[in-house]
Amino acid sequence: MTTPRLLHPGAWWIWAVALAACALRTTNPVLLSLIIAVAGWVVVARRADVPWSRSFASFLRLGAIVIVIRVIFQVLFGVRVSGTTLFTIPEVTLPGWAAGVSLGGPVTVESLMAALYQGLRLAAVLACFGAATSLCSPYRMLRALPSAFYEAGVAVTIAFTFAPQAIVASRQVREARRLRGRSDRGIRAWTGSALPVLEGALDRAVSLAASMDSRGYGRRGSESASARRRSMGLVLLGLVAVAVGSYGLLDPGAPGIFRLPALALGVVALVGALIAGGRSSNRTRYRPDPWAMPEWLVALCGVVAYFSFVLVSQAGDALQPSTNPLEVPAAPVVAVVGLLIAALPSFLAPAPPRLVASTTPVAVAA
Amino acid sequence: MIRFEHVTITYPDAESPTLVDVSFEIPEGELCLVVGVTGSGKSTLLRAVNGLVPRFSGGVLAGSVVIDGRSTAELPPRDLAEVVGVVGQDPSAGFVTDYVEDELAYAMENLGIAPDVMRRRVEDILDLLGLHELRHRPLASLSGGQQQRVAIGAVLTAGPRILVLDEPTSALDPAAAEEVLAALTRLVHDLGITVLIAEHRLERVVQYADRIVMVPGDGRPILVGTPAEIFSQSSVAPPVVELGRVAGWSPLPLSVRDARRLAGPLREQLSSITTVEFGRPEPIRGDTVAVTEGLRALYGPITALHGVDLTFRTGEVVAIMGRNGAGKSTLLNHLVGLREPVTGTVRVMGSEPHRLSAREVVRVAGLVPQDSGVLLYHDSVAAECSASDRDAGLLAGTTRTVLDRIVPGINAATHPRDLSEGQRLGLALSIVLASEPPLVLLDEPTRGLDYGAKKRLVEVLARLALSGHSVVIATHDVEVVAAVADRCIVLAEGEVVADGPARDVVVHSPVFAPQIAKVLAPLSLMTVEEVELALAATGNGPL
Repeated sequence: MTTPRLLHPGAWWIWAVALAACALRTTNPVLLSLIIAVAGWVVVARRADVPWSRSFASFLRLGAIVIVIRVIFQVLFGVRVSGTTLFTIPEVTLPGWAAGVSLGGPVTVESLMAALYQGLRLAAVLACFGAATSLCSPYRMLRALPSAFYEAGVAVTIAFTFAPQAIVASRQVREARRLRGRSDRGIRAWTGSALPVLEGALDRAVSLAASMDSRGYGRRGSESASARRRSMGLVLLGLVAVAVGSYGLLDPGAPGIFRLPALALGVVALVGALIAGGRSSNRTRYRPDPWAMPEWLVALCGVVAYFSFVLVSQAGDALQPSTNPLEVPAAPVVAVVGLLIAALPSFLAPAPPRLVASTTPVAVAA
Repeated sequence: MIRFEHVTITYPDAESPTLVDVSFEIPEGELCLVVGVTGSGKSTLLRAVNGLVPRFSGGVLAGSVVIDGRSTAELPPRDLAEVVGVVGQDPSAGFVTDYVEDELAYAMENLGIAPDVMRRRVEDILDLLGLHELRHRPLASLSGGQQQRVAIGAVLTAGPRILVLDEPTSALDPAAAEEVLAALTRLVHDLGITVLIAEHRLERVVQYADRIVMVPGDGRPILVGTPAEIFSQSSVAPPVVELGRVAGWSPLPLSVRDARRLAGPLREQLSSITTVEFGRPEPIRGDTVAVTEGLRALYGPITALHGVDLTFRTGEVVAIMGRNGAGKSTLLNHLVGLREPVTGTVRVMGSEPHRLSAREVVRVAGLVPQDSGVLLYHDSVAAECSASDRDAGLLAGTTRTVLDRIVPGINAATHPRDLSEGQRLGLALSIVLASEPPLVLLDEPTRGLDYGAKKRLVEVLARLALSGHSVVIATHDVEVVAAVADRCIVLAEGEVVADGPARDVVVHSPVFAPQIAKVLAPLSLMTVEEVELALAATGNGPL
């Protein structure tokens, strides 16, 4: 056991992304639930005493909402699947231009289960990202970002801190609504607070970006303007290509060129930008996060879990349990063992430094 | 060091420029105070120093701002980081990391300073600002004063020659404010750093200032001069200066020390006066509105309130004071049912507020939170008012009537964001008051208010108490406590350490005493108005 310290943010992100990749490979509800449980277990064991570490619960709630929305969409617009009909809602005949979209019709158990599994898959992915934000704050990730991305400074800051800021803002808005005598439950509470929450989170993210800029974030030594534009272009190209490529990989219907080739192009462009940016940046680190044994182990646990899923998917279709005909999903042993390995960081990672309660006057007003 | 040349700043969509043709120069090593009513453009002026305005705010800046020989038109804020350090109003909004040491090192990392130099500078700053015991603490666990010092330290490590601070003490208790100001004067005197600071509570800072930039707002020209020059012609002045005017002293005193040396004859003259002749009459207390018994609350792992027993009755204005983090806001949140007691009970008008529905709560207790803007989220004053009527189930127009009584003459079409700080507070207060709750709670209501707005707030609060409300304010502002509170409760570490008539509690406290009380001790006068009344009672008038 090592002395308490914070794990390198990169290690947590590798672990979380690997776990999310597992979730994307399966619709097996047993495995997906296990993934959410593993993420939650590690978060509870290894989160630090900082505000972001409490954001996991919000990601779980968001996941639950996603499941509900997915099921409602299936009931209203989903592709009709034959099977045991639960109930029928009146069918609406849509005009010709909306061909392919159906509205209403018989709702079957099979179609509902399929929607539930897909919703659960998204919820599991959200849980993995929630785990990453809870385990290492977006701020630490921001500091660890290579200098080439600084060009996108404000955008990157806002992107990284928007979700956590929105969680803080939503708590504030909920309290304010109560003070005004509005109920804090129900659909009207949701629609009524969406705008203030987004506004508040954006304000916070922008003022954070202003503070970072006035403290020298994004300085590029003595680089010429043309070199700056070049690396900026490379970053932009790389990000777009990576986004297209990863979407293509997830969507089986995408044309071949938008899959691996696009991803590869993106990675090459980003690496190029990294090299170009790294040369001109003269940034230093105060206490660099070490990358030692625990980091290797945590990252490895995630990667092992992912390969266990790859193995299982090559052996059969246990990762995609059939919903038509509906069958009880089996739990493939190899994948379960892989996920249990992914839970090991709960003691392989060093414990975060803890505060002693008696010496902590907390800002109650905050 | 700082030179503004014919600077005119216009925000997008604004009808008229915020600052018009501003020109001044601040030499190196001065502590310069920026004063003016709320909304006059102080923050705009400060943020223009390193180019955050217009680069992060939008808008147009005409003229030029030259900092240490460099123009902000050519250099973005990041390239001025080693010249200008900017600390915003809310330090926690600007924190980029989670821990004190990382926050201090952040600017240096961006500037590419060698690791061994960084280590040394972090140690120096920790010592200079008295932060060494906090170095490994998460920023979120610090009190307001500590956070403010960390925010100052975090810009100082880059070694700037200029430090810009926007209301650095507005959220701080008197002791923490002293702490921050002491650190600032040390920087000016020992390191020759030029400090530009905006502050409403002049009583806290004016004695340290070498120069004052007065921003009158409404496009009128700004005034620059020494404190004595400015106060001889300005209506905005701290209590000691007002006392000096009433007593006819010349030159006008700027600090308690100056005033005390001049006040010998005045103290003598007033020595036989009794509180009956100058104090406010005892309030007519009525029914009990709220009771807490053995209230205990947790904030994370920390006990925020510890067995608090208090009673609030109609007709009185109660001030709750205490350090940042002493449990003031937590107490208010419990009284309005935002939080549930861990043990003990809270009863407001006989029921437990956290068990009531939102609509029932607003009829018994209303809270105006610290940042009153969070209560407002419609796009016009009229929409806010009608939404408030609808929410609380009131007759249409009720809120607007209350608003007109508190701050008359606000245009119904105005966006709440465009109101001045005082008007916004008034709007939030009217929304809370519309359902006529017997218990009215205000958390730090004077934050960001200028003297005029504060005076109007004090009148409103006194009227509310007279009309049978129980008014509770949590505040650090001792001058407001002196002006309006009948009763004062002091919290420390979640316990009640004092509860009694405001005069008895604050006058002899070295921390909470208002300026006039300090000048005239051992007499127990607290405000300039009281001094005027007392002088009238002696029949002599001013000296």
